[in-house]
Amino acid sequence: MITTNPSLQKEKQSRNHLNEMSQEISALTWRLFIQLIRRPSTLFAGILQPLIWLLLFAALFSKAPIDFLPGSSSYGEFLGAGLIVFTAFSGALNAGLPLMFDREFGFLNRLLVAPLSSRSSIVISSVIYITSISLLQSFAIMATSALLGYGWPSLGGFLLIAITLLLLVFAITGLSLGLAFVLPGHIELIAIIFIANLPVLFASTALAPISFMPEWLGWIASINPLTFAIEPIRMAYHSSVDLRAILIDAPYGEVNGYSCLAILLILTVGLFFLIRPLLNRKLA
Amino acid sequence: MFFIKLRDLFKSYGPVMALNGLNLEVPKGSLYGLLGPNGAGKSTALRIICTLLSPDSGHVEVGGHNVLLEEKETRRRLGYVAQDVAIDKILTGRELLQLQGDLYHLDKKYKRKRIEELIERLDMHDWIDRRCGSFSGGMKRRLDLSSGLLHEPELLILDEPTVGLDIESRSVIWGLLKELRNKETTILLSSHYLEEVDELADEMAIIDKGKVIASGKPDDLKKELGGDRVTLRVREFSDEVEAESVKKLIKNINGVSNVVVNQTQGYSLNFLVQSNDVISNLSGHLSKENFEVFALSHSRPSLDDVYLQATGKTLMDAELELAGKRDFKLENKKSMR
Repeated sequence: MITTNPSLQKEKQSRNHLNEMSQEISALTWRLFIQLIRRPSTLFAGILQPLIWLLLFAALFSKAPIDFLPGSSSYGEFLGAGLIVFTAFSGALNAGLPLMFDREFGFLNRLLVAPLSSRSSIVISSVIYITSISLLQSFAIMATSALLGYGWPSLGGFLLIAITLLLLVFAITGLSLGLAFVLPGHIELIAIIFIANLPVLFASTALAPISFMPEWLGWIASINPLTFAIEPIRMAYHSSVDLRAILIDAPYGEVNGYSCLAILLILTVGLFFLIRPLLNRKLA
Repeated sequence: MFFIKLRDLFKSYGPVMALNGLNLEVPKGSLYGLLGPNGAGKSTALRIICTLLSPDSGHVEVGGHNVLLEEKETRRRLGYVAQDVAIDKILTGRELLQLQGDLYHLDKKYKRKRIEELIERLDMHDWIDRRCGSFSGGMKRRLDLSSGLLHEPELLILDEPTVGLDIESRSVIWGLLKELRNKETTILLSSHYLEEVDELADEMAIIDKGKVIASGKPDDLKKELGGDRVTLRVREFSDEVEAESVKKLIKNINGVSNVVVNQTQGYSLNFLVQSNDVISNLSGHLSKENFEVFALSHSRPSLDDVYLQATGKTLMDAELELAGKRDFKLENKKSMR
């Protein structure tokens, strides 16, 4: 039957567009997961590294004065939130690598020659994949941390952790995908990941509170996006969830839970708008 | 009716001019060969038709659609088999074809049917469920060809489809291309193998320095040369002055035409003769001016002769000459998205 009603036709077209796009996205995401299942070392390394940190750092600073660790009864408990965020951050920072390899080895051309309903499918599939992996790794750290006796959040706390991690992962994934298109090759991308990873961790409240830091480092830590993700998660672990509570006593003033989430949201949206023209140009 | 039309196409990579006013018309349903040395601009032209590259200027039309404005419509119609096979090493051959089917929005049933047909046709049964990382060059190329054909495109574009392949894979691919030609699929292939273009192409164009310098049916181009090809040397290593004197002498012999000095082959002389009598009398003419015949070869015209006639050098010499001049790093960088 031929559809002659223009509004019906339009509806059919947009439904087709959505169907086609979901077919592309699921196929591309499926490919990334197959790669992961057949080469799971990156998944395990992503979980093992923070676990080793958790065990070694918690042991190293087990005699640290508890008074310096607001709301925590041990250093391991304090460290948990930082490592959950660090795991998600490291995972998301690697998001650009598969795309960079596709660029370098010409697989991206195979995708670009295909009549994709939207080339955003390439980016969306990467975001879905990395978000799932990063969250999975973070939850593995949470589970281990619980087994070590460092506690488990309430349902509300768990929800807050999930939202906070999602915002951070979206922002960093966007940044990494943007870098994957700007940089000339994977060596440069790995170099940036390598350089960024640890300094960003050390210059946040993951390992020590701001009150423990020299002033200059306190300034850096209190504008570090990781801090805005760590503190809400730390709250979710140690007290009842109240986003009005002051979470960061920064040199420039006090920051509550709402502000932390708002800053992460602004960062995510900002980075999305920053890389959008670049992706449009590269995938045009 | 022409399925592909390229008009005044220009494209440069930094200081290197890859296309320099390329014009090309490919008839619908034909197998069209682009012949030229590596670096002549063939791949650049194909990548522009496939929407992977934008030209600096010019007009590109596929099946009546302006490629530069209607990219998605163009992509639906064509299958592209690139020179450097890009295959995900972790996936199996079948998984790669399934992915390809989803990228072209094929429905499940049709996708499965087409995959089975192509596995059968390209004889991939024994290894299609193995991971692509273990495939030989020939297997990869067959898999890549089948992924280009999965959605039954109206236009198939192949960039050097059999370069470096084993004889079995080459023969499977040639067989399939001949079959597709009979089914009215328009095929545009680039090659620097003379015998490939000679064997497969209905029509062809010779590309040199980014533009078409001769085009037509391979047999017509050979016939246009107007006779048998002779290569003459009056000494093992001649020089330009001597070669020019011999050229002047030979040009005036009745039944000789198209005399070309081939610099890269020790200043030998290439020319056409109307009959064997001309060859018999050649040494007599030469001795009048104190020249001798050091070496003389005589053959039916080949596509290499067509190439030589059009450019003044053989395809292999052109290839060697260009090999040293290309900046692959720059080309890769410019073509990477």
